Amino acid sequence: MPFRIIVLAKQVPDTRNVGKDAMKADGTVNRAALPAIFNPEDLHALELALRIKDQINDAEIVVVSMGPGRAAEIIREAMYRGADRGVLVTDRKFAGSDTLATSYALSLAVKKLAPFNVLIAGRQAIDGDTAQVGPQTAEKLHIPQITYAEELVDVNSKQITIKRRLERGIEVVRSPLPVAITVHSSAPVCRPRNAILVMKFKHARTTTELQEETKDYTELRLYRPYLNIEEWSVEDIQAETEKLGLSGSPTKVKKIENVVLQRKESKAFTADDKDIDLLMQELMASHVIG
Amino acid sequence: MNNVIVYCEITEEGHVAEVSQELLSKGRKLASDLGIKLEAIAIGNKLDNIEKDILPYGADVIHIADDKRLFPYTTLPHAAILLKLFEEIKPEIALFGATSIGRDLAPRVASAMRCGLTADCTSLEIGDHTEAKTNTTYKNLLYQIRPAFGGNIIATIINPDTRPQMATVREGVMKKEFWPAVAKPEVNKLDVAKYVNDEQFVVRIIERHIESQKINIKNAQVIVAGGYGVGSKENFDLLFDLADVLGAQVGASRAAVDAGYVEHERQIGQTGVTVRPKLYIACGISGAVQHRAGMDQASMIISVNTDPNAPINQIADYTILGQVHEVVPRMIKYYRQNSK
Repeated sequence: MPFRIIVLAKQVPDTRNVGKDAMKADGTVNRAALPAIFNPEDLHALELALRIKDQINDAEIVVVSMGPGRAAEIIREAMYRGADRGVLVTDRKFAGSDTLATSYALSLAVKKLAPFNVLIAGRQAIDGDTAQVGPQTAEKLHIPQITYAEELVDVNSKQITIKRRLERGIEVVRSPLPVAITVHSSAPVCRPRNAILVMKFKHARTTTELQEETKDYTELRLYRPYLNIEEWSVEDIQAETEKLGLSGSPTKVKKIENVVLQRKESKAFTADDKDIDLLMQELMASHVIG
Repeated sequence: MNNVIVYCEITEEGHVAEVSQELLSKGRKLASDLGIKLEAIAIGNKLDNIEKDILPYGADVIHIADDKRLFPYTTLPHAAILLKLFEEIKPEIALFGATSIGRDLAPRVASAMRCGLTADCTSLEIGDHTEAKTNTTYKNLLYQIRPAFGGNIIATIINPDTRPQMATVREGVMKKEFWPAVAKPEVNKLDVAKYVNDEQFVVRIIERHIESQKINIKNAQVIVAGGYGVGSKENFDLLFDLADVLGAQVGASRAAVDAGYVEHERQIGQTGVTVRPKLYIACGISGAVQHRAGMDQASMIISVNTDPNAPINQIADYTILGQVHEVVPRMIKYYRQNSK
């Protein structure tokens, strides 16, 4: 039985490049209108998984992502960097899930991969910044959690020791396995793609993707099964539909407001020395400074 | 109707954390609006006088779980205590600080109770909601308000059907305010053995180094803040120079922190600190709503920016159109020459 490390990764809209069509009328995100990237902290999570794999004989890394079909892109990216296998949990019925419904679906996907030893995810995704899905998934699996991991101190087949980054310091904690870990952005950055792995996995596809290819790689899969990025639907993970999507989400978006700024009367200055001196003079005269 | 409860975080020094006191103040107001009670829960070790840190903020009921294994914080025992207590008292609203502890604990509890949780709220209000489809009206819900998604929107989140309605709030967002003391608050010391079992102590702390807060920008009168537009770590040194001569503190936007210009403790905004200074000098900060949420209560705002249409300019009292590395040295020079 290999030592199994599961990495939860999310493809996120690049919130640094948000355009006008980013939101739909119902208050959910219109992901199609944005560039999609590997959630940054999930890459740190992958690196932690790789470091564990470096220390354990016969370890394997399975990347699990929940999202639309194109999220297979980040699973391939993870494979190029050292993941052994990928699962895309994808179904229209997941649409509109909040963190609780998401963690329910992810926990079922993880259970399907049991037994596993370590579950790792980024602390939070940049499109929501909630940091909730990691602890919620851990709770649903009834396993302990170590949040804000910064460094792998030690790992063996029974337990793991992790340095955590807190607001004002660090903490080193030890947990028996299996355990869920969320990784902080201060953890080591992910190693780059490996050329050999890029060659190995460049034809890794989900079945849906395979059907859209012009060239038929179906046969290739027969003797290279690792090229199959598995696709799991609601039925595959045996989820109850009412616990998913909008119906399974206790939080509802009541209202979305565009922020309209109350324009203040502001005094405009140039970067001219004279202008700046004038401003400083005014501030000092009114004792705002000085 | 049941009550509002605030999870009171315990500091290294054995006191209730400031963020929890801020939440007690907010919780007090919510409870009064709803005509219900405010409860507090403190979990830790040697909590003999902990009521003193809670009473001034108007708690009607104080639950205390005191056991040497409960400090420092670990997830499972604290979650177990809250889950059992929540089962007993069935709170209407539960509030947590959006801290390392609160963000670790609240989702664990929310998941077990299958209830909704909203992270990093910038405002909490009470209001009604009518579900259009079913024409059902829900009275007195907690509006959990937060900027969302990229920063151009403010979302109001509600949990119509699940209880408690849970939210986390960052330090400094709510205002700490004394409340005329409650005549006779009830102190409920929990029998810890009934709330946790040994299995919940499986995660052990081997080592801890917690520093007292080094940088304190929350209470600064003048703040010089930089954004991504500052351009480099070296240019950020200019902001430190200006802060030095003005007796100010240096703050930053998230973009500047992410770019590695300054440490995270200086981050101002929804996922950082909220500040209310006399003067806020925003250098190279465009002013996304998440940032403004942390500084728009400054009495005076000066914006230095190369983009005349930067959103921050709309809330600024003074705007300077120019490069940070040109403007800031001139400000320093003028101040040095003209201050007594």
